[in-house]
Amino acid sequence: MVEFTPKAAGAVPPAEVPDVELYHPTNWWTKYVFSQDAKVIAIQYSGTAILVGLIALVLSWLMRLQLGFPDTFSFISAEAYYQFITMHGMIMVIYLLTALFLGGFGNYLIPLMIGARDMAFPYVNMLSFWIYFLAVLVLVSSFFSPGGPTGAGWTLYPPQAIMSGTPGGQDAGILLMLISLVLFIIGFTMGGLNYVVTVLQCRARGMTLMRMPLTIWAIFTATVMALLAFPALFVAGVMMLFDRLLGSSFFMPALVELGERLEYGGGSPILFQHLFWFFGHPEVYIVALPAFGIVSDLISVHARKTIFGYRMMVWAIVIIGALSFIVWAHHMYVSGMNPWFGFFFATTTLIIAVPTAIKVYNWVLTLWRGDIHFSIPMLFALAFIVTFLNGGLSGLFLGNVVVDVPLSDTMFVVAHFHMVMGVAPILAIFGAIYHWYPKIAGKMLDDTMGKIHFWITFIGAYAIFFPMHYVGLVGVPRRYPEIGDMSFVPESINELNAFISIAALIVGAAQVLFIFNLLWSIRHGKDSGGNPWRATTLEWQTPTTPPPHGNWGQNLPVVYRWAYDYSVPGADEDFLAQNDPWPDKPDGAQA
Amino acid sequence: MSVILTFLLVIFCFGGWWLTKNHFLSKPWLEHGAPAASVDSDASHRQTAKIGLGVFLAVIGSLFAIFTSAYFERMGLPDWRSFQLPRLLWVNTGMLIACSAALHCALIDARNGFLVPARSGLAIAGVAGLAFVFGQLAVWVQLVNEGLGVSATPAVTFFYLLTGLHGLHILGGLVALAMTCASAWRTTAISELAPKIELCTIYWHFLLAIWLAMVVVITGWAEDIVVTCSQLF
Repeated sequence: MVEFTPKAAGAVPPAEVPDVELYHPTNWWTKYVFSQDAKVIAIQYSGTAILVGLIALVLSWLMRLQLGFPDTFSFISAEAYYQFITMHGMIMVIYLLTALFLGGFGNYLIPLMIGARDMAFPYVNMLSFWIYFLAVLVLVSSFFSPGGPTGAGWTLYPPQAIMSGTPGGQDAGILLMLISLVLFIIGFTMGGLNYVVTVLQCRARGMTLMRMPLTIWAIFTATVMALLAFPALFVAGVMMLFDRLLGSSFFMPALVELGERLEYGGGSPILFQHLFWFFGHPEVYIVALPAFGIVSDLISVHARKTIFGYRMMVWAIVIIGALSFIVWAHHMYVSGMNPWFGFFFATTTLIIAVPTAIKVYNWVLTLWRGDIHFSIPMLFALAFIVTFLNGGLSGLFLGNVVVDVPLSDTMFVVAHFHMVMGVAPILAIFGAIYHWYPKIAGKMLDDTMGKIHFWITFIGAYAIFFPMHYVGLVGVPRRYPEIGDMSFVPESINELNAFISIAALIVGAAQVLFIFNLLWSIRHGKDSGGNPWRATTLEWQTPTTPPPHGNWGQNLPVVYRWAYDYSVPGADEDFLAQNDPWPDKPDGAQA
Repeated sequence: MSVILTFLLVIFCFGGWWLTKNHFLSKPWLEHGAPAASVDSDASHRQTAKIGLGVFLAVIGSLFAIFTSAYFERMGLPDWRSFQLPRLLWVNTGMLIACSAALHCALIDARNGFLVPARSGLAIAGVAGLAFVFGQLAVWVQLVNEGLGVSATPAVTFFYLLTGLHGLHILGGLVALAMTCASAWRTTAISELAPKIELCTIYWHFLLAIWLAMVVVITGWAEDIVVTCSQLF
């Protein structure tokens, strides 16, 4: 391990960190399509994820139309509604959030922020994207398969997931879903290996682990978690494929369907739930941790202040990552379990609130007396904190067995998890895109459009999900395409549902403005320069913007300080770049 | 789920140890300056490949640990019936051990600079590996002939699933081995060859370890061991 000598800066020999031979593209195909450049792969990942996310957005519109205005749209049958739910959930969680955070931001930011030329294994990285792309194609193809996509719910619980009563259960729908997931996991493993090894091995000279920006710590930890957790989904998916295709009985109990006894017998649906949630709960933090990291960096940059409690932030990330593996059964309180297990899982669930709360306090303390710039990334970061806190607080209710049991099958849970792992990570993603777009495109995103987008999204998201808690509290069940007349549900809930649906339509439409802004600004945006936010981290110190293949020109950067030197007394500017040797050489960052 | 939790505990302990080695208690805001650069870029490059393989093996380990967890969970249900394992399985196990041993010899030879013995070690390992794959296929054929098809009983299905998945990883190992062989016959520079053989050997040793663990699980020894241990207390 390296040792620091405080006055070594002047005496440091020129960069001798092993440079890498990069594959140089020779034609258009290898430059833009089958590219091995992490930045191109990042954009491919992000573009695919956003496109498939738009499909999921439209599906949520259709669901809300049905819930807000039942009996109005004849084309939304109960079967179709279940298909919308399933595809919306699976796409948003796996194919949008996971792919965008790790495949998109991971690929773009890891090499740039740690001062590497590219990922450790660029070829494998390219394969990772194309397998992900194939997984998306398989998933989307299920919309056009006979019987349509699966309607098993995004958790794909057996036995219903593979029975004839469920849309796609005995058709291609469930098969395509499972195959797509297996492909996704294979592709992700390739990418994940890259992210981990790159962080471990390819850091620039001077970039010790504890000097890395929190974004990198978070993406790194989330990747490790994903590498360990996705195999559980893989196992569950493969075993279900066996049950469905070969007639084995891993998950399938003895069943009678339409008066006929099926050939299955003896299997355990609960086993599937264990496997699924052993992946499913870490998955929550796989999308939350990168959001934590990104928000930490955004807040520090846009409040011009050192992040409060950097070490605590790092430890909290690692502790949350580890704890998230022993809480999975809190998704299964209503499946029936030994009360001692329920007690155990409730306790571990509530303990996670401690490191999470540390993070929230540290964000607030970073903001305290900071020079807050209400730029659009900052607005989104602040919105994230508030939203994550709101969603997290209702999580404290649901983490307790006795509270969860009556609420588990109501819209309260829908409101909770959309706040905490739907809206909150998406807000962090928007903030991150507004923040890093200037580096990617060399242009600023349009500010006015951005503000409109932010306010509609932020207020709109609360208009959707805040009332939904009350809808759940009065007992409106989730998963029902239509609640009909229920004596305990007051009339006024229908109006509230209609209100929520209209808000959802508006919020969805605002995203079109965002997409337009992304495209419009490539050509018409203001030139951003290399470091428009005057940030310290390495990605802003590249010799040219957007960075070329290989990122750093002739010499790799040398890192002299951590990532959060803002408003340092005595310095010329209110930030010191990580590769700035000040005070030894005041003229600043080297090329 | 105790198997996967134990596996994770090991990983987390390793992670904790690694964090302490990497100065997770340091105060980066007080530090200033860049440490001296590492000069031996070749070593660092080899290290990268090795760490990459290590992470990959951790993922494979997690995969099989979860399968084992699922196996034990399913085993606890009342309809579980174990079945007679074909004898051929022991021959196959011997083949896999032979493969690992041959690779290890090849590695030692290559490190000592003997090219020809290293080549023959690789060749023997390749033959043994192929023999293992064909042996496993023969086991499947035997089982089918006995009337134990894929969906006969949960234990049989698990057997196909685990051997199949392990076999897929073995096939990947054979591809890597073939590529190593190709470069062994092309090159005369033994110093370039040794690191490649080393990666190959690590992978095959790991697959052998996984296989032995699977054998312990499938034969029911694991259960016997747990029962015996629990009687001790």
